[in-house]
Amino acid sequence: MDGNVIELVNLTKKYGSFTAVDQLNLEIRKGEIFGLLGPNGAGKSTTILMLLGLTEPTSGSVTVCDLDPVTNPIEVKKKVGYLPEDVGFYYYLTGWENLMFTARLNSLSGKEAAEKIDFLLERVGLTDAAGKKTGQYSRGMLQRLGLAEVLIKNPEVIILDEPTLGIDPTGVAEFLQLIVRLSREDGLTVLFSSHDLHQVQKVCDRVGIFVAGRLLAEGNLQTLSRKLFTGSAYIIEAGVNSFSSKTTEGMEPAEWLAGILRKINGVESVKKNKNIFQIECSRDVTSEIARTIVESGAGLYYLNRKEFGLDEIYYRYFEGGTENGKSDHTEK
Amino acid sequence: MENQTTRKNNSSDFSTGKIKHFFSLFKGPGFYRTDNRVYHPFSVIVQKEIADYVRSWRFIILLVIISLTCLGSMYTALANIKDAIKPGDPKGSFVFLKLFTVTDGTLPSFVVFLGFLGPLLGISLGFDAVNSEQNRGTLSRILSQPIHRDYILNAKFFASLTVISVMFFALGFLVMGFGLASIGIPPTPGEFLRIVVFIIISIIYVAFWLNLSILFSVRFRQPATAALSGIAIWLFFAVFYSMIVDLISKGIAPAGLVSENQIINFENLRLNLLRFSPSQLFSDATTTLLMPNVRSLGPLSMAQVYGTIPGPLSLGQSLMLIWPQLTGLIAGTIICFVISYVSFMRKEIRSR
Repeated sequence: MDGNVIELVNLTKKYGSFTAVDQLNLEIRKGEIFGLLGPNGAGKSTTILMLLGLTEPTSGSVTVCDLDPVTNPIEVKKKVGYLPEDVGFYYYLTGWENLMFTARLNSLSGKEAAEKIDFLLERVGLTDAAGKKTGQYSRGMLQRLGLAEVLIKNPEVIILDEPTLGIDPTGVAEFLQLIVRLSREDGLTVLFSSHDLHQVQKVCDRVGIFVAGRLLAEGNLQTLSRKLFTGSAYIIEAGVNSFSSKTTEGMEPAEWLAGILRKINGVESVKKNKNIFQIECSRDVTSEIARTIVESGAGLYYLNRKEFGLDEIYYRYFEGGTENGKSDHTEK
Repeated sequence: MENQTTRKNNSSDFSTGKIKHFFSLFKGPGFYRTDNRVYHPFSVIVQKEIADYVRSWRFIILLVIISLTCLGSMYTALANIKDAIKPGDPKGSFVFLKLFTVTDGTLPSFVVFLGFLGPLLGISLGFDAVNSEQNRGTLSRILSQPIHRDYILNAKFFASLTVISVMFFALGFLVMGFGLASIGIPPTPGEFLRIVVFIIISIIYVAFWLNLSILFSVRFRQPATAALSGIAIWLFFAVFYSMIVDLISKGIAPAGLVSENQIINFENLRLNLLRFSPSQLFSDATTTLLMPNVRSLGPLSMAQVYGTIPGPLSLGQSLMLIWPQLTGLIAGTIICFVISYVSFMRKEIRSR
């Protein structure tokens, strides 16, 4: 329990027969920035709603700051600031008035609230727009105002649901820097959900990949890529034709070549698909593979090194279906 | 920015207090003031809702419509009141109450107008109470603040009820004031009490429609759908319901020579059918209140009437007479509120 601000145990949420969140186990430690990464409809928002007690889990338990949001939502909401996806403000009120309303809902006195609001508006860079109606704010300004609003209650945890949606790239960069700075300066725990990998990569200490209601993997980015690809960070594809007829040690030439390749230090597995060998390696051994193949007497006509960056992770999980995740990686 | 600085000045300087305080009312609800006071979150929401209502175009338009009808009906009442008073009337003939009920047929009386426009007022104040918050994306933001979820619904109901009450009392008292000034006969305490009770009943009546439309606003995502559903029900009861009851009663009307009892039973059945409509309950209640001579809301047999001395009922007796109507209206209001309360508490609040 110590050091964990958020603990989810076997959390499940069902809508009729549809399971939005399936047996989720997750721990978020104090002071870290955790990114919940997943495609649309993966159950990120549902999880967040359950954290705040805005919807009840079907089974499993949620603990936020040692409190149960199902039975004690008010105390949880005092400690947790939540910026909903696509946040809205009363368009006919100014930014200052909107924040004042929130501050008053948090039982602040007018004086405290006004000081706090001025401070926060400056921090998010909206001092000049304080007296403007929020109907005239741009998307990025609204998000920053939302962040200021979240901070009014002096939260221990802030939860941001898709905070960068609809902001232009420079705005996103600024916004993310702002989050990091706030987290570091105030020791805040931040949970933020996104479907954009690059943003998550930039700011998060740890990442959880969330697809179809299940947490496929969690960890920092290095461990994550190691986990997801069973230790192989590269895949090298080698196209081979015209196997040599000399020493195959009584085996079929292709089998024999695969055997040799497997012996190379760093190679983890070799698969053959027609004339293409798919070689998974933990380090870059392209040149050794090329030499080995050529020395074996076979004709090498194609060599391609695939590197697993985050994009690969992304596509492999979010677009190529989830079969990888299900079969190999969930339990790790 | 300007607003903000003036607000700050307001708070810091207490010596020039009162006048500035009065003017600051126009700048918005009290919780904008930067003094040391802490408001209960419920009162904060109520303040904001009232401010929103009072500043909205919708409310201003409704206020103008209702004030105009009020003026119009008062004008006809004043023009015709001398015909309504018969020379031989006894002292307690409730001249003052006639201000609200007398008409020459060109314009309906104040009571009829209110029975017609009250639902519109209620529906238009409530139809977007919850769904517009959700569509604006403010609902999930507010609900993530440390407040109970029902605060939102209760505060909205309470705020609109406050607005309606203030408006009705103001209008009612204005009519009384103008009437007093022009006919020169002051109301008796009994008449005054009857008018106050009448205003309270009107507020309950509007509260029923308000709750109905809040229910629709919880149920339907689109404010337009909610508004239309409310208006459909209002029109149904205002126009079609009495026609349907007429059709039914024609079908089951006793034919030929039947006993008095049968006729009375039939007539009671017809009236009771009509009383499923809230507007019928309202008009029953207000007629009885404002015309103290009304002794019964149903048919009376000869035996019941025989030997009675025609005379006004006391306020207590009039209230006894309309007690079922009153409880019916209040029950309808509560039922609508409970349904919307339950469905709102169970609703999952997604952002937009």
